Amino acid sequence: MISQPARKRLNIRMPALGGQGAVTAAHIIATAADYEGYYAVSNPFFGAEKRMAPAESYARIGIEPIYDRGEVVYPDIIMVFHHHVITMGKSYTMPFYSGIKRDGIIIINTDEELLKPEDYKKLESINVKVLNFPATKIAIDIAGTELSTNMAMIGVLFGATQIVGLPAIEEGIKSRFMKKFVASGGTASLDSALERKFKKKLELIEKNLNTAREAFNMALEWAKENGISPMLPPAPMKKQEPVQA
Amino acid sequence: MGNNGVYQGVNKSGQKIVSPDYMLFEAPREKVFMTGSEAVKEAVKRASVDASVSYPITPQSEAAHLIGELWVEGYVGVYFRGESEFGVMSEVAGCSMAGARVITTTSGPGTLRAMENFPMWAGSRLPIQLVLMARGVNSPLSIQPDNLEISFLLDTGCMIWHAENAQELFDMILAGFVVAEKTDVHVPIITAIDGFFISHTRESIMIPPEDIALPPYNPYVSPTPIIDAEIAPGRYIKDPFVMKSNYISYATHASWQWEVRAAIERSRPYAKHYLRGLIEEFGDSEAELVFIASGTAASQAKEATRMLLDEGIKAKVVKVKSIRPFPHQELLEATKTAKYIIVPEFNVVGWLEREVRASFYGKSNATIIGTPRVAGGMTMPPEIIYRDALKILGKEVSYVL
Repeated sequence: MISQPARKRLNIRMPALGGQGAVTAAHIIATAADYEGYYAVSNPFFGAEKRMAPAESYARIGIEPIYDRGEVVYPDIIMVFHHHVITMGKSYTMPFYSGIKRDGIIIINTDEELLKPEDYKKLESINVKVLNFPATKIAIDIAGTELSTNMAMIGVLFGATQIVGLPAIEEGIKSRFMKKFVASGGTASLDSALERKFKKKLELIEKNLNTAREAFNMALEWAKENGISPMLPPAPMKKQEPVQA
Repeated sequence: MGNNGVYQGVNKSGQKIVSPDYMLFEAPREKVFMTGSEAVKEAVKRASVDASVSYPITPQSEAAHLIGELWVEGYVGVYFRGESEFGVMSEVAGCSMAGARVITTTSGPGTLRAMENFPMWAGSRLPIQLVLMARGVNSPLSIQPDNLEISFLLDTGCMIWHAENAQELFDMILAGFVVAEKTDVHVPIITAIDGFFISHTRESIMIPPEDIALPPYNPYVSPTPIIDAEIAPGRYIKDPFVMKSNYISYATHASWQWEVRAAIERSRPYAKHYLRGLIEEFGDSEAELVFIASGTAASQAKEATRMLLDEGIKAKVVKVKSIRPFPHQELLEATKTAKYIIVPEFNVVGWLEREVRASFYGKSNATIIGTPRVAGGMTMPPEIIYRDALKILGKEVSYVL
């Protein structure tokens, strides 16, 4: 706790419930950060996920090559996708913020306060800021479906941390929905159901982009109000060309 | 051979045939952002593979599936699903005996189920490639990362390389065929990774164009005639030498046991060339604190080395890329300045620590410590390696929470 060196890496842990798209979100976050010119890696929790059961994914973003693999045990950022993570202990770690590093940020998808005064006391002692953010509400308002919750979470992450801009976020989302990659076979079948629901893929992308954009701007405002400066130095490899297939 | 390492002609998939050196070292590469499983597909696509047999088991199922997509796209000659891992490893042996370049993938309990076949491949001198995505075996059951199964494969007579990341896996798959198919080697190659940590992680890698490929396998380079009824291994299959049907066949059989191991030793110069060394060093070259690690443990040790440097402590990581053959000389050379050698591992038995101890016995004065060890799916945060290293040095641990 005494001599933690200057931050060169953001390690992000995303506790969620199966079906919320946290794995897809981690992949888009890493793709966007890669596009921005950072080193980036993403991975899911290695288990047997199912709908509504705990599911977790991780992204690492940094200014030097990233070797670290696996679950993030000591995160700088925790993004809670669902209130059950806190209220029902649907989390691989208890409490859900165990291991959080000094000066970190916790983003919680919620309309109401879920933490207790003793949680705040502990988190404030290591200068961790908490952002309660209605990601699902924004997804429903803008995209018309709670399935875009993960897009709002992507936006809020980059707005709060100020390391990746909107063009790179758009690139990350587009590279996901233009079928350049899929997170899993199950996600691929969900895609086809979603496509029917939205009629057109491009419309789906546009709604997702709008959701991420709105969340980004709201979180950016919050970060400025709270005196949070960009959480990493500028990207070491600014990108000229689009992400490859 | 034409200019720029491009041989005359195309392979069965219509890709331009290039020399292995051009493929691995000279061809222009572009950056892609993908998982380790997808990297397997990209490597197999450029490897002029004749046949592949698959069977589903986590975490290699996606890679096996993607090789099937290559068959659909016309890049792999034959592809089907076996009855079990035992069936798969037998069937790829048949393909290889018939003169095909063959690759397959498995994980954890699948490896153990197929076990009888791995020494059979080696004894039959089949240059089959197995991409091993290690996971827990039933000790007790885990479907998560753990590389205990590599210890079971150490003495099967197969070469074993351990890739650290998707990039290294991509390159090792291509190099694996090239080295395994040398006439004076011609034994199976197991390209291992720590499952999930590589297979399921998305990262950037550099790959050459998809319209070039390795030269196809030439079965006439085999040191044994293809399915010959009289000479090993065909004879040995039809009429086992062990039956002592005559003195000559018995002597041949007995010497063959040693010859398989000698063949692995003869792979050293080729492996050194195509892997750019059997080991890789990272960190301070004069360090007294040295980590010896392979696969993902090497990644975690590299992160710990950076954290130690932040504390003013110089350390280095010596990554073991080739487990069979084992780089005895290279490791001794790389640890000359070491007072402490720490071996972090993703398994409960510490097989790499055993290998290092056996290799260094009577040759090194460094203290060898096998820590940390995680098993059954646990992750190994670099903070824990850093903590253990500080404790070994008798220093205060400052910032692990």
